[in-house]
Amino acid sequence: MKKHHLSSLILRTAVAGFFALLFLMPTVLTLSNSFMSQAEISANYGVIFGSPAEGAYMSERVNLKLIPDMVTFRQFSTVLLMSPDYLFRFWNSVILVVPIVIFQVLIASLAAYSFTRWRSRWKEVLFFSYIILMLMPFQVTLVPNFIVAERLNLLDTRWAIWLPGFVAPFSVFLLTKFMRRIPVSYIEAAKLDGAGEWQIFWRIAIPLCRGALYAVAILVFIDYWNMVEQPLIMLRDPMTHPLSVFLSRINSAEIGVAFAVATIYMIPSLLMFLHGEEYLIEGITYSGGIKG
Amino acid sequence: MKAAVAKLNQRLGEKLYSGAFLAPSFIGVMIFFIIPFFVVGYYAFIDSPIGQNFVFFRNFERVLGNLAFQTATRHTIMFSALAVPLAVVLGLGLAVLLEQKLPLKSQLRTFFLSPMMVPVASIVLIWEVLFHQNGAINDTLSNIAASTGWFSYDRMAGQWVDWFYSQWAQLPIVALFLWRNLGYNMILFMAALNNIPRDLLEVADLEGAGPWYVFRKIKLRFLSPTILFVTILSVINSFKVFREVYLLTGSHPYGRLYMLQHYMNNMFQNLDYQSLAAAALIMALAVGIIIGTLFVVEHWYGKDIEG
Repeated sequence: MKKHHLSSLILRTAVAGFFALLFLMPTVLTLSNSFMSQAEISANYGVIFGSPAEGAYMSERVNLKLIPDMVTFRQFSTVLLMSPDYLFRFWNSVILVVPIVIFQVLIASLAAYSFTRWRSRWKEVLFFSYIILMLMPFQVTLVPNFIVAERLNLLDTRWAIWLPGFVAPFSVFLLTKFMRRIPVSYIEAAKLDGAGEWQIFWRIAIPLCRGALYAVAILVFIDYWNMVEQPLIMLRDPMTHPLSVFLSRINSAEIGVAFAVATIYMIPSLLMFLHGEEYLIEGITYSGGIKG
Repeated sequence: MKAAVAKLNQRLGEKLYSGAFLAPSFIGVMIFFIIPFFVVGYYAFIDSPIGQNFVFFRNFERVLGNLAFQTATRHTIMFSALAVPLAVVLGLGLAVLLEQKLPLKSQLRTFFLSPMMVPVASIVLIWEVLFHQNGAINDTLSNIAASTGWFSYDRMAGQWVDWFYSQWAQLPIVALFLWRNLGYNMILFMAALNNIPRDLLEVADLEGAGPWYVFRKIKLRFLSPTILFVTILSVINSFKVFREVYLLTGSHPYGRLYMLQHYMNNMFQNLDYQSLAAAALIMALAVGIIIGTLFVVEHWYGKDIEG
């Protein structure tokens, strides 16, 4: 019996280890490859990304390497100091995403408070339509967004992406689920003490939902940090595109730099993840159960 | 009288507050989603924004009869039919795995969840290194073939599959989809597994029920709302896979990767509002039907455990 337990533990550990490796490998390889020199990248991946410079060594087969032969920060310094193109696109991403995160969370927490505090029949209907909107794929919601942006002359400006982003219903849904768990007695007590609604919102609802707000902010951030569809449709000038779109257009001559850019691009979201993982997991857990 | 006025004032005040807190969101959603959605409905039934003649279902007929739309729909359905069940089953599998006794459990959870926080654009390079015709997957496969002799997979003999440009083109995308989404699904299942009443499982254990029996007859029943939710979520996410396809293969991908969003993008570029509107309505209807059906199925399956 004992032996059976041990062997199944070993089996489980092996399976888990295998999956862990699969899940980590792409990220770790991108990170480690960003510390390789252009020559090493060309040698390893020449068969994939095309011929390197004249006379350079190129391995006949692809060569996945975890540890660089020689660690160099050359690619990073190229990106940060010599290629304004990448930094410019990175800045495009930041300026598109950060306002959306801030305003979506702010507007959604106000709405969530209203949905929690004053319930009525028509508000349930409204909340239900928020859920429907949230479930609709981009292919559907981008059409109305586009029509409005065109009418209001917002096309080719950031507002065409900002404004729909500010009011996207996902955060409202998640924050309402959180706020409905605040005991009514807390709010009643504050009310008796003479607190106004605005005070209850800022002093009680918001602090109690701090973890939820962080989780929502992380989820909204990664969603928009990844955006591809909106800029392709709303911003016709490629100069204004975020790095998420631009990265795919890097040509093979710059493949070494590309790994460094890819690494830089994933640092903000990975840091947020490592810092707020507990909140994020709680947030994901609450997002389960549309019905409740 | 005074009391009545005060009460009225209070009710009025509450209405005012309720409206004020909701207003930014409500106005925004109205302007950017709901009102234009009616405009979309209107566009779908007229011949052009200038002429504005009512044409009944002709736009829908045109979109449904369009070869590109049919192909895109077929590919999107193919992708979802492959990716969604895998995302649900493997997500549940990982959750069950992490429910067992294991070393480094919380680290494993972090590892499995981390891909969702890696931007797709950052991972595109590695995916190309892996799935390119001369890439690491083919290299490994041919090494396995050469060393075991079980099958033949030779580059010189032209046996190496060009993953992105062949009938297998959806596989690398499915792999990327699973890589990014399994962690999220796993977390949802872990929470649901945690919520199963312990005493029920203990009784089953005392009665001598085997783990497989317990899983099928008890856990799966309690998980059914979560399975529903994860399925809906995965269906929605599988429609978003254009992102991955675009970043990996550009706006004109190999046949099997031509998805609905590619079709929509072309329509946006041609400013073909009638097709856009009709296609958007068709898709909204399809999504509604899928989700509605899933709800009905879940209700029918899980009704005996829900209070």
